[in-house]
Amino acid sequence: MAAHAHAVKRYPGFWGWLWDWLTTVDHKKIGILYLVAGGLFFVFGGIEALLIRLQLMFPMNDLISEDFYNELITMHGTTMIFLAAMPVIFALMNAVVPLQIGARDVAFPFVNALGFWTFFFGGLLLNLAWLMGEVPDAGWTAYPPLATTAYSSHHGMDYYVLGLQIAGIGTLLGGINFMATIINLRAPGMTFMRMPMFTWASFITSALIVFAFPALTVGLVAMMFDRIFGANFFNVDAGGNIVLWEHIFWLFGHPEVYILILPAFGVISEVISTFSRKRLFGYSTMVFATILIAFLGFMVWAHHMFTTGLGPVANALFSIATMAIAVPTGIKVFNWLFTMWGGSIRFTAANLYAIGFIPTFVMGGVTGVMLASAPADFQYHDSYFVVGHFHYTIVGGLVTGLLAGIHYWWPKMFGRMLHEGLGKLSFWFYIIGFHLTFFVQHFLGLLGMPRRVATYLPNQGFDTMNLVSTIGAILMTVGIAVFFVNVVITSLKPRHAANDPWEDGRTLEWAIPSPAPEYNFKQIPLVRGLDAWWKEKMEGNKELPPAEPLGPIHMPSPSILPFIMGVGFFISGFGFMYNLVFAVIGLVIVLVCMALRSIFDDHGYHIEPEEPKKGEVAA
Amino acid sequence: MSAHEHHAGALPPEPEKATLEGRNKILGFWLFLGAETVLFGTLFSAYLAFRNSVLDGPKPEELFQLPMTFIMTVVLLVSSLTSVFAVQAMHRHKTGQMLGWMAVTIALGAVFLGLEIYEFNEYAHEGHRFTTSAFSSAFYTLVGFHGGHVAFGILWIGLVILQILKKGLTVVTAPKVYVSAIYWHFIDVVWVFIFTVVYLMGKV
Repeated sequence: MAAHAHAVKRYPGFWGWLWDWLTTVDHKKIGILYLVAGGLFFVFGGIEALLIRLQLMFPMNDLISEDFYNELITMHGTTMIFLAAMPVIFALMNAVVPLQIGARDVAFPFVNALGFWTFFFGGLLLNLAWLMGEVPDAGWTAYPPLATTAYSSHHGMDYYVLGLQIAGIGTLLGGINFMATIINLRAPGMTFMRMPMFTWASFITSALIVFAFPALTVGLVAMMFDRIFGANFFNVDAGGNIVLWEHIFWLFGHPEVYILILPAFGVISEVISTFSRKRLFGYSTMVFATILIAFLGFMVWAHHMFTTGLGPVANALFSIATMAIAVPTGIKVFNWLFTMWGGSIRFTAANLYAIGFIPTFVMGGVTGVMLASAPADFQYHDSYFVVGHFHYTIVGGLVTGLLAGIHYWWPKMFGRMLHEGLGKLSFWFYIIGFHLTFFVQHFLGLLGMPRRVATYLPNQGFDTMNLVSTIGAILMTVGIAVFFVNVVITSLKPRHAANDPWEDGRTLEWAIPSPAPEYNFKQIPLVRGLDAWWKEKMEGNKELPPAEPLGPIHMPSPSILPFIMGVGFFISGFGFMYNLVFAVIGLVIVLVCMALRSIFDDHGYHIEPEEPKKGEVAA
Repeated sequence: MSAHEHHAGALPPEPEKATLEGRNKILGFWLFLGAETVLFGTLFSAYLAFRNSVLDGPKPEELFQLPMTFIMTVVLLVSSLTSVFAVQAMHRHKTGQMLGWMAVTIALGAVFLGLEIYEFNEYAHEGHRFTTSAFSSAFYTLVGFHGGHVAFGILWIGLVILQILKKGLTVVTAPKVYVSAIYWHFIDVVWVFIFTVVYLMGKV
């Protein structure tokens, strides 16, 4: 940072540092903010998971009460999906996508900051439920009537509805921003079919966000109107219908699982290709498979509702559509295997996570196809089989993929290499712990153990496997703890990662210093093929060919408005629950900030051409 | 981010697309409208699910007054036309005409909104309130969301008019005119669907 301190006026000391982070519109810093906030919520969700597993360790355990257990499962699911997984995905997208397409920033840097702060304050509002003592407890899917005021009369589910609504605004803004960025800001020569797979995955994920999140918005609005203003959407006595919530929730919720997994697919494609020293096998089929998965992802929401009673025709159609998704997913798995085939594979920590991902995710996919069969689903439904399945896809798939990506791009984000030995140690604890935790849960489910129960009777065949599962959860916790130790140790080391620290980097981000300077590229590069940086290296070039002359670089100004708007949403969220006056005040704050942003044009500032040379790190 | 070289004097023929920022805004806004389409689509499906769940409240065919909603439809469609005139004036660099048409647009929008408030007030007196039935909740949520969009559009276009009075028509202000016009057309299209699905289908 110090090398560019003259670029914007910065204040000294702690407050200057804080102000800098609160007002930043730099995608790289916003990526770090997402990573820190997502990591924080991941710890919350992880502690909740650990408490659940400790409670289930022994039959008839009374470590925690039933009410607390319901709160834990609700908050664990909600926190992990919306507040831990989504922001870490956005962290990687922010850190990597503009660099991979040869851009200086995202299309809307201000909106990017706004997306982060609305997400953050939404998550904060949801988690403040713990401090207020009124915690959501109707499950992360919030099915009515359990989630209506009839069965959940305290403010717990209001925190869920309002917190997710606010966080969802942030996510939607992020999705629009990355779509616009990838369409409009690609460097010359970076055609769509030359985009790195992670960028492709980010693009398709953003499209899914744009078209799936508004459905959740409406569902949450309906639930909020029911709970706070006495509307009747889910009030059967007044003509409402609880199945509507199931449809709306899963119309969002199923694309959401592909929103989660596609970025992991993108990460795996990058990591495996780099560490196999081979170009990704079947690039165009990878692109096609990604698009097809996203398309089919919108057609299968009712497979979550087989037991609701939609009838055999609907169940059969959704069953077949769901099984069809296995085809493009299978294409991807084979492409990764063929990428490794004949490659000179390096087993770095990042690559271990990526290779560990493949069989783990395949297992989650296989149980997915089993669940897609409607008659069989009547047996699996609401049992631990389902819990095992979706943890294989979301933890074994997404979290493993994100950990691969974090290890891989850490030097590009922070300029420091994570310690390889600790990385490998964390991987082995994590992967062994993961399979111990969740593999046995499939069999618990087949034996008949229902999900969402706070305890179980002894001698039903559940005892040993639950104990094994809890031991696995503890091993996973050790693995994650080793990762955090690695992060702390690494942050104390000097910042001297090379431009291309893995030496086999293929894409544009490895051609520039680590961490990237705030303008990313001194000159926007000319892209001459797929894996542009690899191509230049193979032709003996030390730098990317420039597509523009050296000149002043225009930068957007930092702004505190996104933070204030986040605070405004936060106040209005509280206001809707406790006092409508504050709801209005909060929304007025947001509208005034929007008007201010519109009235005062941001002319930005320029970094002069000689400055980049000073800040440049000698390779 | 590098296309900032335009001088205020020489305005290009399509000033809203002259800068990368302008093109980004227009693309981003179309994507936002894609999201809005899903939002209204979901609201419509909720409404369709509940349009017969009237309980003891008034039925749609007793409630709706087609002449009134027809006038509202005409007013809003005309306001969409005037916002096209505003954008055409902008392309001819006739700032005064453009501002005039924008003012007419928001005036018509205000008339529409006034009629809608009057209409809601009438319904409430006839016992069709937000909490009456699932039908009434879904009706007010769908039509109210649209009305909220109209109100926001009035404030937005009003703010753009004030900005142009102060800053003039430039490559920075032109995308604001254009994007607010797309927004206005979108809420007009949504209204066409509301008129059809809610009011006309409510009468049959």
